[in-house]
Amino acid sequence: MNSVIYKRKTPLLVLLIPSYLFMTVFLYYPFIMNIVNSFSKITGLGTSSEGYNSPWYGNYVKLFEDPVMRTALWNTLIMMLMTIAFQVGIALVLALMVDSIKKGGKFFRTVYFFPIVISATALGLLFNLIFLYNGGMVNQLIEKLGGTSIDWKDSAHYLFTMLFPVMWQYVGFYFVILVTGLNNISRDIYEAAEIDGAGGLSRIRYITLPLLRNVLCVCLTLAITGSLKVFDLPWIMMGSGMPLDMSWLTGTYMYHQTFSMGDVDYGATIGIVIVVLGVVVSQAASRIFKEKDY
Amino acid sequence: MNTDNTIVLKNSRLRRRGSPVGVLIYIILSMWALTTVYPFVWVIQNSFRVKKLIRSDSFSLPLGDSFTLDNYLTAFERVDIWGAYKNSLVISISVTVIVLILAALASYGMARYVFRGKEFLRSMIIASMMFPAFSTIIPVFRMMFNWGIVNTDSLGLSQLSVMLPQIAGNLSFAIVVLMGFIKSIPIELEEAAYMEGYSVFQILFKIIVPLAKPSFATVAIFTFLWSYNDLFTQMFFLRYKDTFTITRLLNEITSIAGVNYGLMAAAVVLVVVPVLLVYIVLQKNIIKGLTTGALKG
Repeated sequence: MNSVIYKRKTPLLVLLIPSYLFMTVFLYYPFIMNIVNSFSKITGLGTSSEGYNSPWYGNYVKLFEDPVMRTALWNTLIMMLMTIAFQVGIALVLALMVDSIKKGGKFFRTVYFFPIVISATALGLLFNLIFLYNGGMVNQLIEKLGGTSIDWKDSAHYLFTMLFPVMWQYVGFYFVILVTGLNNISRDIYEAAEIDGAGGLSRIRYITLPLLRNVLCVCLTLAITGSLKVFDLPWIMMGSGMPLDMSWLTGTYMYHQTFSMGDVDYGATIGIVIVVLGVVVSQAASRIFKEKDY
Repeated sequence: MNTDNTIVLKNSRLRRRGSPVGVLIYIILSMWALTTVYPFVWVIQNSFRVKKLIRSDSFSLPLGDSFTLDNYLTAFERVDIWGAYKNSLVISISVTVIVLILAALASYGMARYVFRGKEFLRSMIIASMMFPAFSTIIPVFRMMFNWGIVNTDSLGLSQLSVMLPQIAGNLSFAIVVLMGFIKSIPIELEEAAYMEGYSVFQILFKIIVPLAKPSFATVAIFTFLWSYNDLFTQMFFLRYKDTFTITRLLNEITSIAGVNYGLMAAAVVLVVVPVLLVYIVLQKNIIKGLTTGALKG
């Protein structure tokens, strides 16, 4: 596609430089600086670095010794697993169902998707009202049915209360991707399968799911990187790691260390952990997922 | 609901296989739909309820004595909702417009030109989609602090300091989506325009952009929503009350409202409803764009 129009390369400079300048200044340079920062001693966001830490890898030692960081990592891994199992899982079930009906598919698509466009901050407040101890929606319902109110944010329930809204919000996202994937499967294949006598569940098992594998792989990667980006909902609902530092995630803990504790270089280190975690887990997942087929 | 389902089923191919399974499918699908819709219905109806009743009787419609507009009046009185809307719109519209312009230029260049290093530039875009804001925000803050545009009491500079990282963060997605679309446009059109004496930039703005309108719409909607909803960046850079956006303001509302749950419900509704209306009008573009973006990216 090397047309005459595009033989002269000078316009290319005007086309590309603005975007790449932006990305270099606000993404690549900060990304590298962040690695440098993680070896430095910085006590305030606006103050200059006081030189390198001693030892220079001090923050990385701290990562392993910090029990709260361990909690945050653990919670984030649970979040990842739940995201894969429930967000993608529920989405897959719903997508297969919607694919099998003829009417109303569009309606369900619209309705399932819409929590995603709502700001997670507003959803956090909404779920605070729903899970309120004293007269929230769920507890009112429980009392009406004759039970006793549950403190949804105590140490026995916090994980559910934190994870449920996140799961709920993004099911529609994977649903839409999977439905599009299902629509791309040619109807002829299904007809051929029907002639061969494969219907219902066996058709799903032997035809639909294998053909959907690439799309599922995309969903898996998105779920892993997405669960590392979760910030707003837990931040609004769980404040500073309540109850008792139990509900931190890597993202919220990074913000807490940077802003509330003033340990900027440690915050930077946690930022790097988030990137590494994302790359390692999604690489591992796609490798496992690919090998299974053979 | 049941009658509805049976009407729908008359035309369904499931009917051949026997209705019970079909009905069950519709029931399950409707139940999930209920979980996504009902919380919003619930919060809307409670925003109109006398606040002391919210915690005892929240499921009925707020009629008669329990109906009130007080929650909204308090909301407008206690917090500067209009100001926050204005700040949100200024930031998110500017981000969207700048992202569209920059991404249009870059994606056109990347889609049409053949040059050395193109593969490298392409992988730079893809890689940058993997950087979460957590890993770049501290250096960005420090850099802009040195420029003197962070932590000032100037409204304009505060808004600029949110806009810059948001633009950079949304660019790669925009470029990927637009590049995919521009590649699918037949090049003959551009060659004809070139014969007519159009310059490269005239071709871009008079031929490519009009043709790629649906893709631009998708990118615009997503960039706007991401910028509008992005609490993390806003918490880093908006430190003063008069610079608060809607999302940033909501983050403070728990401390402003205390136990006034009526005020909280009203605040949630005030933020959610405009987005909801936009979504209903534009949902076709939103959903379509998401799938192309996600599957390509």
